[in-house]
Amino acid sequence: MRVGVITFPGSLDDRDAQRAVRIAGGTPVALWHGDHDLQGVDAIILPGGFSYGDYLRAGAIAAHSPIMAEVIAAANAGTPVLGICNGFQMLAEAHLLDGGLVRNDHGSFICRDQKLQVENIDTAWTNGFSENQEITIPLKNGEGGFIADQDTINRLEGEGQVVFRYVDINPNGSANDIAGISNARGNVVGLMPHPEHAVEEGFGPDTRAAMRSGTDGLTIFASVIERTLASA
Amino acid sequence: MPTIVVEVMPKAVLLDPQGKAVAGALHRLGKEQFSSVRIGKRFELTVDGPVDDALLAEVQELADDMFSNAVIEDVVSITVLDEVAV
Repeated sequence: MRVGVITFPGSLDDRDAQRAVRIAGGTPVALWHGDHDLQGVDAIILPGGFSYGDYLRAGAIAAHSPIMAEVIAAANAGTPVLGICNGFQMLAEAHLLDGGLVRNDHGSFICRDQKLQVENIDTAWTNGFSENQEITIPLKNGEGGFIADQDTINRLEGEGQVVFRYVDINPNGSANDIAGISNARGNVVGLMPHPEHAVEEGFGPDTRAAMRSGTDGLTIFASVIERTLASA
Repeated sequence: MPTIVVEVMPKAVLLDPQGKAVAGALHRLGKEQFSSVRIGKRFELTVDGPVDDALLAEVQELADDMFSNAVIEDVVSITVLDEVAV
C-alpha cells in the first residue's frame, strides 16, 4: 500500500504524515506540488501547514498547483484522498469538498488537544473506528471555521457526510461543530485537527493513562491501508 | 498601461474577525462613531495592451474562480483604470 504525501511550498506536516503512514504499516511516497505525477500511489494525503503563507486564502494558491489536476482526477475516480488542516482548506478550494474554512471566530490561532466524535465510519479513512467513537487528537489552526450555506449544511448532515464533530468545545466557530467532512462517495475526507500527530506513544496527546500516550489518529491511516489490503 | 481593479469582500452574512478586531481597536481609541469595520481585498491587474470585452470576461472568470471563493466571498466590482498618472 503506497500512500502519497504531497509537499507544497509552506507545507509543515508532510514528514509527519509520511511517518504516520509508515507506523500504520504503509509505504509513504513523497510527491511534489510542481509535478504532474502521482507515481501510481494507492491513496493521497494533502498535509497541514501554511502553503504560500496562506496568501489569497488558506489553501487557495496550492489548490491551483500542477499536481492538483491529477489529484482531482484521481479523487473523482475513487482514489482515497485525505486533507489535513491546510490540506482540508485545499480540498475545499479545489471543490472536492463542500463549504469553506474561514478565520476562527475568536480571531486567534488555537492549539489544543481536541476531542472529536467520529460520526461516519463508512469512509475510506474512518472504517477502522467504531460508530460514534470519541477520539482526541491535536488541533492547531488560525482559519479553521467551517462554513457553508444552510442547504449545504443540511445535505452534509442528512447524507452522513459530517465525519468528525467537535466534542465539549467548538474551538473555531465551525457551523454545527463540524470538524471534518467527506464527499458523497466517501473517498475524499478533510478535517482540521491533526491525526498524524497522534500515532505514536510518547509523541501524542496526554491521556488518562500517561502523558503524550494518545494514538487515536493512527486509525485514520490504518483504515485506508487495511481496507485496501483486504480488498487486494 | 491600463489597470483592471477587482474588489472582493467577505460575504455580508459572515462574521469578519479581521474587521471585528479593527473595530475593537477603533473603540479603544475612542472612535465611537464607527459601528463596524469589514475588510476585503483589492487586486490590481496591470495589462500589457488594450482592455477588450474578451479580456474583461477572462478577468471576471478569474475573479469568480481564483481571486474569490464564492462560499465565503463576493466579487463586488471590476473596474478599469486607464493610464494612471504616476
